[in-house]
Amino acid sequence: MDTTQNGIKGKYDVMKILVAVKRVVDYKTNIRIKSDASGVETANVKMSMNPFDEIAMEEALRLKEKGHVTEIIAVSIGRVSSQETLRTALAMGADRGILVQTDADIQPLVAAKIFKALTEKESPMLFILGKQAIDDDNNQTGQMLAGLLNWPQGTFASKIEVINTNISVTREVDGGLETLNLKLPAVITTDLRLNDPRFISLPNIVQAKRKTIDVISVEDLKVDITPHLQVLKVEAPSKRQAGVKVHSVAELINKLKNEARVLS
Amino acid sequence: MKILILAEHNQQTLRRATYHTITAAKELGDDITLLVIGNRSDAVIDEASKISHVKKVLSAMSPVYEHQLAENTAPLIAELAQQFDYVLAPATTFGKNILPRAAALADVALVGDVIKIVSPDTFVRPIYAGNALATVQSHDAIKFLTVRSTAFAAAEIGKHVAPLEKVDTVFKNDLSVFITEEIHASTRPELTSARVVISGGRGLKSAENFKLLEKIADRLGAAIGASRAAVDAGFAPNDYQVGQTGKVVAPELYIAIGISGAIQHLAGMKDSKVIVAINNDPDAPIFQIADYGLVADLFSAIQELDIELEKNSQ
Repeated sequence: MDTTQNGIKGKYDVMKILVAVKRVVDYKTNIRIKSDASGVETANVKMSMNPFDEIAMEEALRLKEKGHVTEIIAVSIGRVSSQETLRTALAMGADRGILVQTDADIQPLVAAKIFKALTEKESPMLFILGKQAIDDDNNQTGQMLAGLLNWPQGTFASKIEVINTNISVTREVDGGLETLNLKLPAVITTDLRLNDPRFISLPNIVQAKRKTIDVISVEDLKVDITPHLQVLKVEAPSKRQAGVKVHSVAELINKLKNEARVLS
Repeated sequence: MKILILAEHNQQTLRRATYHTITAAKELGDDITLLVIGNRSDAVIDEASKISHVKKVLSAMSPVYEHQLAENTAPLIAELAQQFDYVLAPATTFGKNILPRAAALADVALVGDVIKIVSPDTFVRPIYAGNALATVQSHDAIKFLTVRSTAFAAAEIGKHVAPLEKVDTVFKNDLSVFITEEIHASTRPELTSARVVISGGRGLKSAENFKLLEKIADRLGAAIGASRAAVDAGFAPNDYQVGQTGKVVAPELYIAIGISGAIQHLAGMKDSKVIVAINNDPDAPIFQIADYGLVADLFSAIQELDIELEKNSQ
């Protein structure tokens, strides 16, 4: 399909989807801030795939099951340990994985540039990402990637449908829902209610071990990874103290009126 | 310091979040320009020009900007940004959709969800669902920020009227088309700026029971919120969700009914002035941060609240 009006010249592969997966501290884990205030402890902590990325993977799998695509490529940026996260994606059903390996702190703009470089190599029809990673809570990479590619973006998606050379995206916005029609190729970022990710079966975990993960160094992609932002310190927020228990609604209303003075 | 603020509006009025963003901008400098992108948004431009601290209103009006889609508003913002030191937007779904794209086009980073301005290049933002605060320094010449409304007061309508300047550049959009929207109209206050918020959780057990909150909300003049669990279960629409990935609120009074208090929910409300938790489980984590906790059957508590608030209003 000719997409010369878009950022990427030439044709995109209608049968391919890229899905970004990030290794983060598991969402059920209580985080510990390092004593030197340099960041959050990730050594010896349970790590998992970012929950929004699981939703992204699931949606790609459903598009494949519906016959819209034939190949799902899971991509991750990070340390060698991110291969575990890619293995999870492969066990869910991705066909192959790519790890852009780096020990550097990768911020959204740089992540978007790396994903753009991968997109130029693979020419997918869709790039699906989680709307945010639950570690840095940035909610930027998908939008930045779409901008750099000059592709349309369907952010915070709660429903998508591929219709010929377009994709209909229902987005969760502050006032309710908004539906857009995007021309493919496009970037989608997932919101919570897009789907319920599947459980991974044991045979699939075994099968995933036979699938390929290509490891690329960040230098190979010729992307400038100089951070634009520097984290000076990471601290705990001031803690809220538990208050008192009241014994009846009448006592509660009385306290809200006369003690807290938030009711008139 | 020249500051550009992307105004959020619905073609008729500005969203309150814009007023809070103006107060954050005031901490960075006095030369504040409000950018209104839309189509025939005259009422919005009029409102924007009257807000304190706004020195100029830039208006980019065209039918192609009607729905403020990211594909053509972002390049406009990236182009205008070249004349400014800062570009700000509210940290709402609107700001978060457009501003990162504009920042990438300008080849600069974005500092999202700013809750404190430490110095002209250093900002504080929550990470890990607000369980940690990162102090971040930007090395970019143009700094893009999204601002959390709950951390800054709202600017007020002032006495002067800021001059208006039209932007003639129009970026076409052949990538995306707006189809429809389903905006839940409500006579209650907006969730993110309400003085009182009453939120329901999975403990309410059904959409019908969740509706019981409406009467209490109306007696209190409150907005209604929900936990993720309640939204996922279909008790409440998605735009009610308070938490890490939903809305962040900090009202004077937050009443959580049948919400256990997962960290993802606390991230969205723990800066409220007074927190009330009503739950039938005495071990619910929400009690650890509530100023007033009541262990009770939810349905009798809701009934009693209704009776007591009615008495109180007489």
